[in-house]
Amino acid sequence: MAMLLEIRDLHIEALGEDGRWQEIVKGVSLELEPARVLGLIGESGAGKSTIGLAALGYARHGCRLARGSIRLEGEELFGATSEKLREIRGVRVCYVAQSAAAAFNPAHRLDDQVIEAAVQHGIMSPGEARAEARRLYAKLKLPDPATFGRRYPHQVSGGQLQRAMTVMAMVPRPDLIVFDEPTTALDVTTQIEVLAAIREAITDEGMAAIYITHDLALVAQMAHRIMVLRHGLEVEVGPTERILEAPREDYTRALVGVRRVQKPEKPRSGGAPLLEVRHVDAAYGAVPVLFDVSVCLEAGRTVAVVGESGSGKSTLARVITGLLPPRKGEVRLDGRPLPPSLKERAKDQLRRIQLVYQMPDVALNPRQKVEEIVGRVLTFYFGTNGAERRREVERLLEEVELPAGFADRYPAELSGGQKQRVCIARALAARPEVIICDEVTSALDVQVADAVLRLLLRLQEETGVAYLFITHDLATVKAIADDIVVMLEGRVVEQGPKSEILSPPHHPYTDLLLSSVPEMEVGWLDRVLRERAERKARGEAVMEAADR
Amino acid sequence: MHPLVKLVAQRLALGAGTLLVVSALIFAGTEILPGDVAQAILGQSATPEAVAAIREDLGLDRPAWIRYLDWLSGFLRGDLGTSLANRVPIGEMIAGRLENTLFLAGVAAAFAVPVAITLGIVAARYRETWLDKAISIVTLSAISMPEFFIGYILIFVFAVKLFWVPSIASVFPGMSFADRLYAVTLPVATLSLVVIAHMMRMTRAAIVNVMASPYIETAELKGLTRARITLRHALPNALSPIINVVVINLAYLVVGVVVVEVVFVYPGMGQLMVDAVAKRDVPVVQATGIIFAATYVLLNLTADVLAILANPRIRHAR
Repeated sequence: MAMLLEIRDLHIEALGEDGRWQEIVKGVSLELEPARVLGLIGESGAGKSTIGLAALGYARHGCRLARGSIRLEGEELFGATSEKLREIRGVRVCYVAQSAAAAFNPAHRLDDQVIEAAVQHGIMSPGEARAEARRLYAKLKLPDPATFGRRYPHQVSGGQLQRAMTVMAMVPRPDLIVFDEPTTALDVTTQIEVLAAIREAITDEGMAAIYITHDLALVAQMAHRIMVLRHGLEVEVGPTERILEAPREDYTRALVGVRRVQKPEKPRSGGAPLLEVRHVDAAYGAVPVLFDVSVCLEAGRTVAVVGESGSGKSTLARVITGLLPPRKGEVRLDGRPLPPSLKERAKDQLRRIQLVYQMPDVALNPRQKVEEIVGRVLTFYFGTNGAERRREVERLLEEVELPAGFADRYPAELSGGQKQRVCIARALAARPEVIICDEVTSALDVQVADAVLRLLLRLQEETGVAYLFITHDLATVKAIADDIVVMLEGRVVEQGPKSEILSPPHHPYTDLLLSSVPEMEVGWLDRVLRERAERKARGEAVMEAADR
Repeated sequence: MHPLVKLVAQRLALGAGTLLVVSALIFAGTEILPGDVAQAILGQSATPEAVAAIREDLGLDRPAWIRYLDWLSGFLRGDLGTSLANRVPIGEMIAGRLENTLFLAGVAAAFAVPVAITLGIVAARYRETWLDKAISIVTLSAISMPEFFIGYILIFVFAVKLFWVPSIASVFPGMSFADRLYAVTLPVATLSLVVIAHMMRMTRAAIVNVMASPYIETAELKGLTRARITLRHALPNALSPIINVVVINLAYLVVGVVVVEVVFVYPGMGQLMVDAVAKRDVPVVQATGIIFAATYVLLNLTADVLAILANPRIRHAR
């Protein structure tokens, strides 16, 4: 069969900080037949987005296509003139970006953007394009297809915007669509619907697709073939079933293998709780965010707070740390109520609760060395200074499995995982009893995240620190929690020991959340959708994602 | 009430409050000016009795706060007071001058704003090319020279050597529009050279800044032309900084043209104010001061409202 896309020995370079070109894609070849889906998978820095964009003959600012060949139906895109490339882009190859919220122009209505490529390239008249857009809005199950396009991007939800972006890519009827992590920015319950909609649409319209993601379980639902990438090189490529069931390379095996971090649930001690949140209501200005939230944490245990964006889980962390005084209710530490506001708390009360943030990049002062970042805490709480402080910083770094010499580094000289370890060391420096971990692994690649989780568990064994673990990632919850608190729209819908929450019968929302987590098996998506449809047909209560 | 109406009402109230404070400041400022109008009027024959008589005649013997309230209430009724120097109602004195100033500012703006924005867009579109650099060099050279210097150079070249245009921008009532335009050619050129660079640089910077947005990449991946990407996708999102810098420059064209008016002997508000200060004609100074302040406040209010209107998130609430 004739190939739609053939990439041969493609090298792509990026301009490094030292002003020299460095190879980020080091000779990758791939081919794609019409109406087939190829999955590109790998961690960040694997070069998958860069390769995806190269299918449109495009290199991001600061990157360049160095050598190789990119053929679309035999036509060479490498080194093609910008006029030539303009005739390809938005006509025969379209692109769906990771964050539709950022990829839509805030100044124009959705329709104007959705039909723009088709109209500008003279493929359709504005009227025809609008009709086609309406048809596709309906196909992707967007609300009010007739009027949906009149809205501005900020007037629709993230999940809807992501689907609108898919419509935008489909209106010109391209031969190939490049999906670049199209569901990564979405909640897990919304993701499943967007996935199903995208898959149905590309199958029906007979378009080929390159589906880029870091989540193997996801790509297994979408792709006929999968290519595994690492450090800009192909690891292996093959049909989806083969990659999942018989991976040839160790790296693929590691990706396919289930999470290795697994901690048995610790039995409750029955003692007095260390940290107690009692009937807390909280609001940002006039907007109420938390309603009657009660959570309880015993010493040395881990409570995982799960929920989707907007469920109020990070607000809960702000209430506990005193950054946001609650409207009602109180927070108790060791049975004694804590002053609601950070400013009123004693130094020792502050010391006992520490916080580790989601984004280690922004949580570290880029102008301070690690020694200063961690050492400040020692000076502040314990008055440690000089050589003693240095020794203590080095000890803490070793504790989080970093070389002592990292004390002299600036954050920019560390990787994402290393930065998060520094953040953990900083929290540990205060010798806290509770560490609140707010999505601490979600900005990290799977394997790095696993290592950080293992570190956290080891530290808990050694120091007896309790974790309040805030996350949207159920795999993380399964791995490390003792107790689980499920939150939805500012309320606790269910809480209890891990074993209880994770085994049926579930609260309908917990059920929706659990069943939406992609599993590493071909056909998982079909199975879940079928089961949900059957249960609905039987008249059982099935909750749907609140995609507002 | 539509949130926008509320916003405008809020800004208007804020503007009125600002003007009130400014009026008090202007009044206080003119109070502490050295010198005394009675002495200035009498000159050599300033016997203490004559000074006292004139002070009483002019109402200067009353306490300052009463005179302030008096002045303010007169102002609110549209009565700007009477000039101390020549006993002419200030309203009459200012009307023609204000018209001249607004005419000069209006013509300069009508020329400079479109030119500056176009140059900014072109520079952003051809960023880092020789064209961009040429635009920057020319406009920045112009802004680096003092206005009076530019003014005299223009006079030297176009009036003295080439005889194309008059060196003195004299306008008088009853002049035709075309004659007026011709008369102000050089002041308009001078003012334009001063304000274009600032607006052009900001337009370029705002667009270049927006050009790094993901939605510009989306537009590029749709195969759109650079011109369309710049005009349709970048410009609308760069409007609010552009509006702000344009308005600051408009305000400058009204309020800051004293030097240019003096160089070209143009009968505008700036000259009037400078003369009044020299003559200790306090009511005139106060009136011109308040009018300048009102211009500033009003233009900034317009900028705020326009910048808000440029944001679809506010125009179209969820």
